[in-house]
Amino acid sequence: MAPPAPPLRININEQIHEVAASPDTPLLHVLRNDLNLNAAKYGCGLGRCGTCTVHLDGEAVHACEVPVGDVGHREITTLEGLGRVGELHPLQRAFLDEQAAQCGYCIPGIIMTAAALLERNPRPSDVELRAALEGKLCRCGSHTRILRAVHRVIDSDQA
Amino acid sequence: MDRPAYQTEQDVRTRDTVAVGSFLEVDPDGTVNVYSGKVELGTGIATAFAQIVADELGVPFDRIRMVMGDTALTPDQGTTAGSKTVQIAGRLLRRAAAEARRELLDRAADWLEVAPEDLTVMDGVVRPVDGSAAAIPIGDLAGEPFSRKIPDNDEVRGAHHVGLVGQSVPRVDLFAKVTGGEAYVHDIQLDGMLHGRVIRPYVRTMAGAGRIAHVDDRQAKVMPGVVAIVRNGDFLGVVAEREEESIRAAESVQVTWEEGDRLPSREGLHELMRAQPENDTEPLHKGDVDAAMGSAARTMTATYRFPMQAHASMGPSCAVADVRGGSATIYTSTQGVYGLRQALAPLLGLDEDRTRLIFREGAGCYGHNGADDVTADAALLSQAVGRPVRVQWMRRDEFAWEPKGPAMLVDMGAGLDDGGAVTAWDHTVWTPTHTTRPGGQPGNLLAGQQVDPPMLPAVLRNIGGDRNAPTTYTFPSERVTMHWLNDAPLRPSAFRSLGGLHNTTANEMFLDEVATATGVDPVEMRLRYLGDPRAREVVNAAAQRARWGSPLPAIEGLKSGRGFAYARYEAEYTYVAMVAEVAVDPDRGGARVTRVVVAHDCGLIVNPDGVRNQIEGNVIQGISRSLKEEVTWDNHEVTSLTWETYPILTFPEVPEIEIVLIDRPDAPSYGAGEPAICPVTAAIGNAIFATTGVRLRDVPFTPERLLAAMSSGD
Repeated sequence: MAPPAPPLRININEQIHEVAASPDTPLLHVLRNDLNLNAAKYGCGLGRCGTCTVHLDGEAVHACEVPVGDVGHREITTLEGLGRVGELHPLQRAFLDEQAAQCGYCIPGIIMTAAALLERNPRPSDVELRAALEGKLCRCGSHTRILRAVHRVIDSDQA
Repeated sequence: MDRPAYQTEQDVRTRDTVAVGSFLEVDPDGTVNVYSGKVELGTGIATAFAQIVADELGVPFDRIRMVMGDTALTPDQGTTAGSKTVQIAGRLLRRAAAEARRELLDRAADWLEVAPEDLTVMDGVVRPVDGSAAAIPIGDLAGEPFSRKIPDNDEVRGAHHVGLVGQSVPRVDLFAKVTGGEAYVHDIQLDGMLHGRVIRPYVRTMAGAGRIAHVDDRQAKVMPGVVAIVRNGDFLGVVAEREEESIRAAESVQVTWEEGDRLPSREGLHELMRAQPENDTEPLHKGDVDAAMGSAARTMTATYRFPMQAHASMGPSCAVADVRGGSATIYTSTQGVYGLRQALAPLLGLDEDRTRLIFREGAGCYGHNGADDVTADAALLSQAVGRPVRVQWMRRDEFAWEPKGPAMLVDMGAGLDDGGAVTAWDHTVWTPTHTTRPGGQPGNLLAGQQVDPPMLPAVLRNIGGDRNAPTTYTFPSERVTMHWLNDAPLRPSAFRSLGGLHNTTANEMFLDEVATATGVDPVEMRLRYLGDPRAREVVNAAAQRARWGSPLPAIEGLKSGRGFAYARYEAEYTYVAMVAEVAVDPDRGGARVTRVVVAHDCGLIVNPDGVRNQIEGNVIQGISRSLKEEVTWDNHEVTSLTWETYPILTFPEVPEIEIVLIDRPDAPSYGAGEPAICPVTAAIGNAIFATTGVRLRDVPFTPERLLAAMSSGD
C-alpha cells in the first residue's frame, strides 16, 4: 500500500484544520466526520438538493461535490461559522423568529444559500430569492416561512 | 447530549402506560422530566407536550425536559403516526400532569399541615392560595416518584392553568437545527464508530428479496479502510473506517442478482389491480345503495387513479448501532421504538430486554420510510464486526428501498333523483394495505427477509386504504367497498394520511362532477349535504376568505380558476375546507397553484403557529403530490432514484397560503399532521376543471396529461 498522504490543511470558519483524509474525499464527509461540524447534511451526494451547502470563498457550493483536496487555501464557511450561539447571524435569528422549519434538515443549506445571495445582492426581489433557492429542496413544506424569514432580513437592511 | 452507556439499562424506571410516574418525574432542582413514547418527527410535538405539561403542572415552560422514544426510559405508546399524537397522547399527558399536580399538593399539604385545597402550584412553587408566606419549590417535594395512576376522566382546565396551551410557543428543537447543533440521528458519533453501507437490488416486492447469484468483492476487500465485507444469506454490506471508504467499497462490490419476478408494467398497473386476487370488505353501507341506484333518475360514474409515491425525505435514512456482547444500544429515527425492537431482537438473536432502542430525530419522514430498515442494517453490520456502526442510505437507496405510498384505484358512482339530489353514493377502492411496519415482525424488515434463514414475511393486515372513503355527507344511501389486494409491485406502507388523500380526492372531485352536472355551485353543493355546524363553518370560512365567486385577477397569457374541497379526517376528527386557485398555460398545459385558502378546525389548539406550520406543510406537500410525483420502474427495478426523476415542488412554484384557524377551547384536540393534505388534490383538480373545462382523473396532474385532455376536448 502507498504510504499515507500528508495531512491536508484547510481553512474552515477562520481556523486552519489538518485533515487526514484522501484528497478525493467529499468535503462534506470531512466536515461532518472529522471536524464534527453537523450543519451541512448529506442529502443526495449529487448537488441536487442543497442540504450540504457551504461557502467557498463566499460562494455557495455543495460540499458533497467538492473534493477536499481541491479546496487549497480557499476559505470554507459553514453554518457554524456564519453565526454562533450568542451571536447568531441575522438569518438564523430570522429563521427562529419565523419558526421557519419543521424537520429542519434542509435549513442549514438554505440559510447558507440565502446568506451568499444577500452578500451579492442585499435587496433581491421575491422572484430573485425564489430563483436562488430553486435547487434547494424542502420536503416538509416550510417554504413560505423560509421566504418570510429571508425577507425579514432583507427588509431590516441587515443583509 | 448525554450518551447512555453501550450496555443496556433496562428497567431503570417504571414504563407502564397507566402510572403517572411512567410519564413524569421531578428532579430536586425543579426540572420536570417528561417521558414520552411518542417521538418528535419534525411536527412540533415536543413543544406541544411541554406546553401541556407546563400548563397543567404549573411549572415554567423552560423547566420541562422532554425524553422521547427510549425503550429503557419511556412507556410504550405505539407508533407516532396517524395525526394522533396531540389527540391521544397529549390528552393522556394532560391527565397525568393534572394528577401529578394533585399529588404534589397533597405532599405539600402534609408538610404544611394545611388542606390541599388551600394550596396551588405556580411557576414551579407550591404556595397557599391565601398568599401567606410559606412556599415550597416542587423540587423539594420530589423525593419519591409519583405513585398514582392516571385518571380515566378528563379534567377541565382550572385555576392552575397558566395559559401556555393556546399560545404559539416557539419550538424547542429549532435552535439546534438552525445552528448546526447535534439534532439528528445522522449526527451521532460513538467512540470507535465505523461506517457501513448495504448493497441490495433496487427492487422490492412483497413476495421476497432478490437472491444473490454471485458476489465479487475482491477489489473491495483490499480497498483502504475496509474492515469487513459482511454477508449473511442475501444480506450484503461493507464496513469501513471512514464514510467515504464505505461508499467506495460498496460501489466496487460486483453482485449478480438472481432474476426475480418481472415487475408489472407501470402503464397497465391500474387495470392489473382491478384483476388481482383480493379480499373484499364493506366498511360502510348506509341505506340500500343498489336499490337507490336502481330507482335513480340519473346515475353517474367516474374512475380515479393514483400512482405510487415516495416519502422522499430530505435526509436518507440513518441509524447508529452498537451490538456486542449479547446486548445492543441502537439509535434510530423509527416511529416506534418498541415495535421495532420486537422485530430487531429476534433478528439479532438477542433478548428484548438487552436490546435498547433510543430515538433520535431523522429528516421528516411523513410515514414509514427507510428508518426501520436502516436500523436493522446498522444493527446487523455492528453485530458482524463487534463495533459501533453508522449506516446512512444513499439517496438512490432511499428512493429504491423505502416503502412506497401505494397506488390506488377508486370507482365512484352516484344516483340522482329528478331534482338532481344525491340518493346514492358508491365508493369502491382497489388498494394493497397501507401498513407494513415492523411491529414485531422481523420479516417486515428488508434485512430480515435477506438473512439466512430468512425471516417469514408477516401476515398482511389490511389497513388505511379505506381512510376517508366514507364521507360525512347526509346522502340517503352510501357504500364503501374495499378490494384489498394481496400484492403490490413495490412494498407499500404508510404515507401521510394513508388512503385519506386518495379517497378524499375521489369523493370531492366526483362531488364536483355531480355539482356541475346538476348546475349547483360547488360550495352550495357541500353545504346541502353537511348538517354538522363545525363542518359548515369551515366550508363557509374558506369560501369567504377566498372570496368564492368573485372574479380572479387576470394573469397575462394564463387562464385561472378556483376549486373547492372539504374533508373531515377519518370522518371523525379534524375539519378542513380548502380553496385552490390555479393558473393554466393553455398552450403548454402546465397547471400552477397560485393561492390556497384553508379553514381548519382541530378542536382546542395547543400551539396555533405549530398548527399553521403543519397545514402549510400539508398544502405544499399535497400540491407536489398532486402535480408532480410518481414513482417509476421498469421490468426489473425502480427508476425514479434521483431528484431529477422524482421531482418535488420547488421554491418558485410555491403559492401563497392563507389559513383560517377555528379554535374550540372547549372541544378535545384533534391531530393536525395529516388532515389538511386530504382535500389538496381535489381542490386543485376542481380548479383545473373550473379553469379549463377538463376533468383530470389520473394523478399526478402533469402538463402532458392536462395538455392531452385539453386537446382531446375531454
